[in-house]
Amino acid sequence: MNTTIMLFLLQDGITNGAIYALLGLALVLVFAVTRVILIPQGEFVTYGALSYAMLATGQVPGTVRLAVAMGLVAFALDLFFARNALHARLVIRSVALNIVFPVALLGLVYALVGPNTPIAVNIALALLIVAAIGLFLYRIAFQPIAHTSVLVLLIASVGCHLALQGLGLVFFGAEGLRAPALSNAAVTAGPLRFTGQSLAVYALTVGFIVGLWLFFGYTKTGKALRATAVNRLGARLVGIRTTLSGQIAFLLASVIGAISGILIVPITTLYYDTGFLIGLKGFIAAIIGGLVSYPLTAVAAIVVGIVEAFSSFYASNFKEVIVFTLILPVLVLRSLAAPQVEEEKD
Amino acid sequence: MTQRLPLIIFALVMAVIPLLPGIPPFWIVLLDNIGLAALVAMGLVLLTGVGGLTSFGQAAFCGFGAYTTAVLTTAYGVSPWLTLPASLVVSGIAAVLLGIVTVRLSGHYLPLGTIAWGIGLFYLFSKLEFLGRNDGISGIPPLSIGSFKMLSPDTIYYAIWVAVLLSALLTMNLLDSRTGRAIRALRRGHIAAEAFGVQTPRAKLLVFIYAAVLAGLSGWLYAHFQRAANPTPFGAQAGIEYLFIAVVGGAGYVWGGVLGAGIVVILKEVLQSYLPYIFGGQSQLETIVFGIMLVLLLQLAPQGVWPWLMSRLPFKPARKTPDTSVKLEHRERAAGTSPVLLHIDRARKQFGGVLAVNDVSFDVNAREIVALIGPNGAGKSTTFNLITGVLGATSGKIAVLGNEVANAPPQEVVKLGVARTFQHVKLVPDMTVLENVAIGAHLRGNSGAISSMLRLDRADEAKLLAEAARQIARVGLSDQIDQLAGSLSLGQQRIVEIARALCVDPMLLLLDEPAAGLRHMEKQRLAALLRQLRDGGMSVLLVEHDMGFVMDLADRIVVLDFGTKIAEGTPAAIKRNPDVIKAYLGAAA
Repeated sequence: MNTTIMLFLLQDGITNGAIYALLGLALVLVFAVTRVILIPQGEFVTYGALSYAMLATGQVPGTVRLAVAMGLVAFALDLFFARNALHARLVIRSVALNIVFPVALLGLVYALVGPNTPIAVNIALALLIVAAIGLFLYRIAFQPIAHTSVLVLLIASVGCHLALQGLGLVFFGAEGLRAPALSNAAVTAGPLRFTGQSLAVYALTVGFIVGLWLFFGYTKTGKALRATAVNRLGARLVGIRTTLSGQIAFLLASVIGAISGILIVPITTLYYDTGFLIGLKGFIAAIIGGLVSYPLTAVAAIVVGIVEAFSSFYASNFKEVIVFTLILPVLVLRSLAAPQVEEEKD
Repeated sequence: MTQRLPLIIFALVMAVIPLLPGIPPFWIVLLDNIGLAALVAMGLVLLTGVGGLTSFGQAAFCGFGAYTTAVLTTAYGVSPWLTLPASLVVSGIAAVLLGIVTVRLSGHYLPLGTIAWGIGLFYLFSKLEFLGRNDGISGIPPLSIGSFKMLSPDTIYYAIWVAVLLSALLTMNLLDSRTGRAIRALRRGHIAAEAFGVQTPRAKLLVFIYAAVLAGLSGWLYAHFQRAANPTPFGAQAGIEYLFIAVVGGAGYVWGGVLGAGIVVILKEVLQSYLPYIFGGQSQLETIVFGIMLVLLLQLAPQGVWPWLMSRLPFKPARKTPDTSVKLEHRERAAGTSPVLLHIDRARKQFGGVLAVNDVSFDVNAREIVALIGPNGAGKSTTFNLITGVLGATSGKIAVLGNEVANAPPQEVVKLGVARTFQHVKLVPDMTVLENVAIGAHLRGNSGAISSMLRLDRADEAKLLAEAARQIARVGLSDQIDQLAGSLSLGQQRIVEIARALCVDPMLLLLDEPAAGLRHMEKQRLAALLRQLRDGGMSVLLVEHDMGFVMDLADRIVVLDFGTKIAEGTPAAIKRNPDVIKAYLGAAA
């Protein structure tokens, strides 16, 4: 191996690692607030990427119809759970969020879609669609069982992943899609060439890490979100709206997932089920970070990306085996390091 | 034999089904698939529903079973019957290796770990040359007895369902035993089980291996049923599906696994054949419905279908009352080098900057009731945890009859004859009072998992249950013996904990707030019981806030405040002690 190959592998690893870092951050965020281990994070990636790719070719992605349908279910749930205390304000808020927002989005997509729509508009539309899906997903699947154990939430999360992945096949078909690059700019440094795309990946990752870290560490809202995770009842007693916290977390996670997807779909072809594997690699990073630490997660994600790049060079057949086995020693160390706490289970 | 009757009827029905004229062969294939899935789900019931260890990776163990027989029969020409033990051993060994890593994982790290190795193994199966990579191995010989070859779905049907019924029988036997109770206690946390001598890591590893071997058996049958093995059915998706089956049927029940397999396999078939008509020719639509149903199920019926069905049965299965005339031998007394029963010398426990127990020293002698009192946060429960090995001491000495226990594990402390109750009741709510109390006698039995499965443990088991029933009678809860522990009032649950501790045949009983939640009469009965125990030779160390109860009962009182011992003496002396009054009332009297 010469230095050039090594540099290429490092660059490749860091670019992928940055994406994993973004996803890992979203997972940490959702877990820290709602205790949900968000397996469907991968679907946010594919939905974002493939919706963007379809919009770029002038087609209306099926995801926007899903957003409308999920909005209807969310609205029905809102009414059902509040059936004994229906206020006009509550109903109006629910209609606005669950009906007006997705329907307006649908209208906007139909109005703006076309082969010549600017890239920025397509990105904005794709992000909005996935944001709506993320928001409604929490309302429908997780809010009714928000008080249950991490395990029940995890199984529900797997259920959501199955449903969303199956729907992904319906919306995008079994063929992979690729989208136009965000920018054609490129910088050359020695043997390495940095595209505008990969620079955007780096910038966004660093931005999100710093942003989330500041938000959760130093703002009142961020602390309120964390308090929700530790003790829902306690958080409610001190006036934190716990359902709102969960919705914010899912909203952020889905947007981060969609951004990651949009960032990679010009680099590699994505299929409807690619997101799961990408998301899982974000997971490995999140777990190394103990599902709590943002900076540690980011560092771990870069390591995962580099290990993956090198193992695909040396033992390409066993790339996935190596990456997924990497998690086991980490998990063991994590469990040994964490004190044996007796869990109160239902 | 009345308890076995439903099983026999079920077996007969299953035996007759393929013989019925006019049964479509396709139904038999479905039943074969149900049996194969039921085997894996049964393992998951034990692992997840009963033991509390969630695994998304069981499909990988099917893969071990299937590939072992595939390689041995096709490449080496070994007879399928000889590969059966090989398949089981290979899945078992894989389970030991993965289990040593996995069962150590706490909380949500555990299911995540299983997802990780589940996916890793799937890729390994699909990349290894000698396993045929993605194409797998085909041309696996059928099972045969003499010249009779089980080529068709309705002949291997019997092999599959005999395996299912035998496994169900063995699994139920296992659950209804000393080892089974230890396994059932795992889900509620390890502290209570360990306090009665259960080696929880070993029990976890046991269920992990058991579930893997069942999955390996399913894989072995699958390989000879399909006569081929490829990676797809052993991937992450399949692993998720098995867990889904267990949750649907009722993860806490052996028959829930079988029922869940039936529901899911049939549903999948129906969805696969009808959904394309409704939505056009798209494949994989059933996963959408599956996912949505899983979420719905968790919201509406998290316990699964089986318990829902059982609660609607017109008759209730009768419980056997244990024969209390069977004697259980006394526990062998630990050898002692000191006449002092419990000797605590400058015990200290620090949590970071907090000094919870600050160089506390006191003794408990034989035939003595000592009370440990103090305001909230004084370090009383922490002292209990230091004595019983739940926490390790930062420094200092704690000795039981001269045997140093300051950093011994709980299982060793209980062997010295120290039994305890907990401030926050730690019973298994979905086990009966009798079963909960019998956990206390864990160390006084010696039947292992294998003998329990084969019902060779009945004599041993009868003794343990008889002892448990006697202790329940002693604390006055005989009327509640068959009720679920979770259905009792909090005060009664505390009394159940005392009965459980008495089952240890202890020399020293540690009671953490035993009178909390009791009514006046009940408190008096408890005090009388404790006096009677003392007069019988036992010592009691108790933490209690009810001063009337303590002053009346205790021979000696030790007072803690902010982790430090501030007084020790007879109840009369303590009542007059100015430091104690200051600690409780906040001002010098």
